Amino acid sequence: MEDWKTNRNVFWTLATPGTLWLIAFFLVPLAFLFVLSFSSKAMIDGQISINQYDYFSGLTNYLRSFNPDIVSIFIRTLWWSALATLACLIIAYPIAFGICFAPDRWRPLLLMLIVLPFWINLLIRTYALMAVLRDNGLVNSALGAVGLGPLPLMNNTFGVIFGLVYVYMPFMVLPLYATIERLDKSFLEASLDLGGTQFQTFRNITLPLTMPGIVTGVVLVFIPCLGTFLTSELLGGTSSWMIGNVIQSQFGPANDWPFGSALSLLLMYATFAVLAVRAFLSRNSKGVDV
Amino acid sequence: MAALLKPGQGPLDYGKRRWLRAVFVAVLVMLYTPILVLIAYSFNIQNRGGIWKGFTLENYAKAWHNSDLMSALLNSLSIAFISTIFATVIGAMVAVLLWRFRFPGKAAYEGAMALPIVIPEICMGVAMLLFYARTGMMTGMTHLPWPLNLGTPSPSPTSPCFPFVAVVVRSRLVGFNRQLEEASKDLGASEWQTFTRILIPYMMPGLVAGALLAFTLSLDDFVITFFTSGPETVTFPVKIYSMVKTGVKYEVNAASTILIVITIVATVIAMKLQAPDKAGH
Repeated sequence: MEDWKTNRNVFWTLATPGTLWLIAFFLVPLAFLFVLSFSSKAMIDGQISINQYDYFSGLTNYLRSFNPDIVSIFIRTLWWSALATLACLIIAYPIAFGICFAPDRWRPLLLMLIVLPFWINLLIRTYALMAVLRDNGLVNSALGAVGLGPLPLMNNTFGVIFGLVYVYMPFMVLPLYATIERLDKSFLEASLDLGGTQFQTFRNITLPLTMPGIVTGVVLVFIPCLGTFLTSELLGGTSSWMIGNVIQSQFGPANDWPFGSALSLLLMYATFAVLAVRAFLSRNSKGVDV
Repeated sequence: MAALLKPGQGPLDYGKRRWLRAVFVAVLVMLYTPILVLIAYSFNIQNRGGIWKGFTLENYAKAWHNSDLMSALLNSLSIAFISTIFATVIGAMVAVLLWRFRFPGKAAYEGAMALPIVIPEICMGVAMLLFYARTGMMTGMTHLPWPLNLGTPSPSPTSPCFPFVAVVVRSRLVGFNRQLEEASKDLGASEWQTFTRILIPYMMPGLVAGALLAFTLSLDDFVITFFTSGPETVTFPVKIYSMVKTGVKYEVNAASTILIVITIVATVIAMKLQAPDKAGH
């Protein structure tokens, strides 16, 4: 690696476009968001203006976020994201484990089968899921054929959490696969040779050594779950709003951009908190690195 | 002792465990049933009850003649195409920069480059909406003729795209033998010649994989365009969203099927190119 001073022309040529792009289309918009979150709608001639703002008018928007309705939606968002993440982990762990111990030539194909749906448009996947979970959808038709009544599979909590698991599961499988694959199998042999049961080996050897993959997977699933608004809107309905739906409505029908900005920043800070926890955990971990 | 066990019964042959295979098959069924149902129903005769009425290609014809839907699909593809070019070039430059140079504040710079990857999309979407609305770019752009009026949403998908490209290209560059570059310069090649004749051919698989990744990501983008698209620049996912909210039409399935095929082809090519045996490690 060379020092940037040895070849300044090349350095600046390479650095300029990306940096400018990042500033213009990423950092500046975020700065707008930040400023607006401390603003309020301007009063013009005694009327509240639709699109003029008093900038830096105080912390009103943040204080309003502590309104019990919003707090309960925040808590619901955290709780549902946690449930969806846990469900992903429970399903993805055996999947990743199975792929790692499959014959070599099968492994890329199996991994691809799990990851491929992830590349299909999020909206199309959610739409596809709606057709299966609807009251007269595939699952309920199948249940009806064997004489079981239609189950309410969407427009409720189950629908949202199932949707989140369906959409984000590949994010969990990939990091788990990466750590389990690099796990030294002789540790498992040693444990089993020395009389450990399969369960003891899993709890005392496999689980601690694959913890970094678990942490990465949890972060990768939990963060997009926090920001969900499409899944909760299409599979949940109005009684299942998550914080993303509140933000969307502030920028849409409710037309309160400053409040929406404050909420999106709070969501972003929550994301950073999750990442900080992850950084802390990975520093103290002894397992296989991802 | 291990020699007495039949193949597949060893304590570490987890791949042969029945319950593990059952879980795997169950998850595959869960992942693929909705998508296969969607594709199958794109060939169904339109009806309200959501039952199978018979095979037809009529939905594809209807989708084809639905000019709103087709122009949305065309918008999506052209936006994806434009942002792929930008994202690939810029992402590759950032990758080379981070791979080649040591500079003060590098860790912070890398952190800033990773931000678009980790920030929730909805935050990006509303920030972009604010940015366009406040700078007046939204109204200014929509009055331009066709390919240019797409400018409003197109930088926005690019913004979160190029850091992904940078990650892919950089992981490819890790395997590069720096002596090749030195040899080229020793033999009198200029910086530019070395770049185009040595580094770019080496990066090529990473560039193609990165470009396809950027293409699928921006084709996939719903959230950001949902907030930033004006009435003139509706993209395919945004159009589908409004159609889904008004009721089930199998022409949506037909158009979705086309998009799924495009996405899967792009992804499979990208994965083939990224396969470790082709990456030259």
